[in-house]
Amino acid sequence: MRITIVRRITQAFFFALFLWFCICATPGQIFFRLRGWPVNWFLQLDPLVALGSILTTRTLYAGLLWAVATVALTALLGRFFCGWVCPFGALHHLVGWIGWRARSVRERTAVNRYRDTQRIKYYVLLVLLAPALGGLALHLADSSRVDPLGIAAALAILAIAVAASKRADAKLRRPLSLLAGLAVVWASAGWFLKLDGVASSALMTGFLDPIPLVYRSVNLLFLPLADSSVHLVFAAQRHYETAFLTATLFLGALFLNLAIPRFYCRFVCPLGALYGLLGRYALWRVGKKPGKCSQCGLCGSRCEGGCDPAGAIRISECVLCLNCLDTCNDHLMGYNTFRSASGETLSPDLSRRGFVTSALCAVVAVPMLRLDGKLGRNYDPALIRPPGSLAEPDFLDRCIRCGQCARVCPTNVIQPDTLREGLESLWTPALNMRAGTSGCQKNCTACGEICPTAAIRPLSLDEKLGLGSFSQSGPIRIGTAFVDRGRCLPWAMNRPCIVCQENCPVSPKAIYVKESFAEVRNGRLEAASVSGTTVTFSGPALRAHRFETGDFFAAVQSGSLSERRRIVSNSGNSLTLEAGVSPRLVTAAGGKFTLQIRLQAPVVDPDRCIGCGVCEHECPVSGRRAIRVSAEGESRSRKHSLLLK
Amino acid sequence: MSEKIKDRPGQSEMDRRDFLIRTAKMGVTVGVAAALGVFLHDPFGPRAPKEKPPVALPDFAVPRAGKKMAIATGADRIKTVNGAIQALGGMGSFVTKGDRVLIKVNGAFASPPSLCATTNPVLLAEVVRMCFLAGAATVAVTDNPINDPQSCFSLTGIAEAAKSSGAELILPEESLFTDMSAPGSQLIRDWPVFTGAFKGATKLIGMAPVKDHHRSGASMAMKNWYGFIGGRRNIFHQDIHTFIKDLAVMIKPTLVILDGTSTMVSNGPTGGSVSDLKQTNTMIVSTDQVAADSAGARLLGKTPRDLPFLVKAEQAGVGTSDFESLKPVRVTTG
Repeated sequence: MRITIVRRITQAFFFALFLWFCICATPGQIFFRLRGWPVNWFLQLDPLVALGSILTTRTLYAGLLWAVATVALTALLGRFFCGWVCPFGALHHLVGWIGWRARSVRERTAVNRYRDTQRIKYYVLLVLLAPALGGLALHLADSSRVDPLGIAAALAILAIAVAASKRADAKLRRPLSLLAGLAVVWASAGWFLKLDGVASSALMTGFLDPIPLVYRSVNLLFLPLADSSVHLVFAAQRHYETAFLTATLFLGALFLNLAIPRFYCRFVCPLGALYGLLGRYALWRVGKKPGKCSQCGLCGSRCEGGCDPAGAIRISECVLCLNCLDTCNDHLMGYNTFRSASGETLSPDLSRRGFVTSALCAVVAVPMLRLDGKLGRNYDPALIRPPGSLAEPDFLDRCIRCGQCARVCPTNVIQPDTLREGLESLWTPALNMRAGTSGCQKNCTACGEICPTAAIRPLSLDEKLGLGSFSQSGPIRIGTAFVDRGRCLPWAMNRPCIVCQENCPVSPKAIYVKESFAEVRNGRLEAASVSGTTVTFSGPALRAHRFETGDFFAAVQSGSLSERRRIVSNSGNSLTLEAGVSPRLVTAAGGKFTLQIRLQAPVVDPDRCIGCGVCEHECPVSGRRAIRVSAEGESRSRKHSLLLK
Repeated sequence: MSEKIKDRPGQSEMDRRDFLIRTAKMGVTVGVAAALGVFLHDPFGPRAPKEKPPVALPDFAVPRAGKKMAIATGADRIKTVNGAIQALGGMGSFVTKGDRVLIKVNGAFASPPSLCATTNPVLLAEVVRMCFLAGAATVAVTDNPINDPQSCFSLTGIAEAAKSSGAELILPEESLFTDMSAPGSQLIRDWPVFTGAFKGATKLIGMAPVKDHHRSGASMAMKNWYGFIGGRRNIFHQDIHTFIKDLAVMIKPTLVILDGTSTMVSNGPTGGSVSDLKQTNTMIVSTDQVAADSAGARLLGKTPRDLPFLVKAEQAGVGTSDFESLKPVRVTTG
């Protein structure tokens, strides 16, 4: 079997596996439900996720250890992931193949040549990673202030960087020393500028990292579309915000293959760039065997990476599609341990100017993005993170925007966020109580279980509900519900309701009611006669049957004495009461009756409210709800606390 | 052909042939445009939507069964429900061979059966079993819950109970709801109703637990029909007594089974803690939903007068709140 056939089968297998993991990510018992399927596996294989979160958190969370395997294999074999495993790469490969299969060899050779602009992806990688690196430098600077070990660590890293740059070849020395310089700049910035919450790290890789990108695009866009007529995956139609942006990026990237095959992989992909760097010293690499080459250039005609296999092959660009092994008429192309006979170009081609510009831009980007103060006093109270989410700066250090939490959420209440907190909030999870089929379910911990980076940390049910050993700390709160008394039916319009109280799942309920009897409009009546339970009035007619709902009462009062009776029925000029009123009291009151409505007005007990949003979801004021969850009181941030404890 | 009908470039003069062809094409274009315009012309524009005439849902009552009731006392739901139904002549007097039974459970909340906020799954499985034993061809279980349907049915154990006893579970898919008005109803007008659940059904059994409810006073068999309503149905809480009466007028069940084995006496209708429950060891089965609820009200320490929806339903002729007048058969099981 030809090696390219094996490659195609492998690509199809991994793509199918990826789709299978997307389909399975619904909690449930059937075999195609989430019951041990490693649905995060591709995310865990992704070394960019691992590296990014190491830089921001200095830890490697749980399954992210898989990335070590990818790194090791890449160091050994080169960019095998791009050409053989990556589900997004497989799609690009396919679309590019469809678009270009009928073109002439000459056209294909021309479009698949190496372009200088392919270096852009290394800048993309740099721009996305530098903010995370900044955090590490800042951390070192911070700890070096107090901790001699920290100083030692910072100096050691600097020394290693300098030493490495001396040993490395000329082209690599420059970036390395610049990187060291960058760390120093950041560290000193952290030393001099005490801008807490402004100058800090951020994990930006998720915007363009192909694995989170393909996860969120398939899970939050194509799966809900494909499933809408069969409902095999979701019980009801799912809705996800930012669909337009997700689709534009995903489909845009796919259509660009018609202009240049594997456009995204060649020019944009930060993961590909990282693999390019990792695979520089691969033991095996594609190249020409020594022999008589007819210089036909056919090897470049179906080259997926645009790595110039005919000339001095660019190892960092080669995605191991191995098409050149197929197309070479002289059988000279191979996957060998020796250098290509026509030479090799090793390092990514970065200009100093480009490197400095992009690195500096990236470094100032985070402080600039955060000058809006959204992480501090100016936080958005409508941003409700899933239960178990870390405090906002730590959350942004970990969230890779893969959308797995929004995918797994049984009620569809977790939504990919819009740009409301600026660029950094795009595609991060936020609860929207109006969009889902309910609020956050009390007995569910799915989002924290699935989160591959612990931006939402896994909670036990006991911890979420504040039971057992967690009874001291109480339940996890994601916010607090506030009644909008200007919109609430009983508070603002004298209409009975308390749907929110009814649906509050906390026991005892976090919403209790204040009972009152409010006088209805034009509700003062003068009795003409009272006989038994029937009171007849003179004066303007009442609307017949209007006061029969069981919530209306007639009250008569004189001095400190008063009686109130439920109205059973009414005509234009009479009321029938549940029981009679004392004639003496009626006489004393001069026959004056008041029509009242019994109201139960909801009041939130902030001590008990967990912010689940079921009340907000159920509130019958369907537009802007009359009870809304706001971030005050959320467990994850002491700064947002509401009550004295 | 195509050569001929094209204007030939480089030829400044039009010959007769060209002229005729061009004129004919122009004529067809004008003709088609005019015909389409006239055909599609709507001089009035859209009119105000009209309310559809009321549609009655099928009456599932068994005429020869009449109005009757049984109250069984005991802690074991399987024994009490069997005792009560036997006292009424057995399931066979309600369900006969070939019947397609629809069971409306209360599955409103995603909470475990131990909290008794929803229909007990053991009880459900037993009733399904009895229906099949009486000759039912199919049994379907349904509700349009408040929380996420999937979570509700799985967490309450209702899905598992239905599956294990051979009943089909009907999920409240949007396509199963139709906008309708119910005859004799004040509030159910042009509103989505879960009509798809009734398709093909020949018998209807309502199964509800007895629960405290702050707004209406109690949530029992009649309020359980709320789950046949779709849309943003919460707005009906503004006039909940009339609405529950409307539901009882619209839905005419074969039988209601009101489970007062553990009554939720506080924090209803969600509960959430076993401390909200009180052991009351009562199973009420009746063909008269008003009577059943009136008996159930006692478990909450209430009388029909405290619950205006009972009075209203009685006035509307749905049933009697004086349940003793039905001479309920009382059974005690061990």
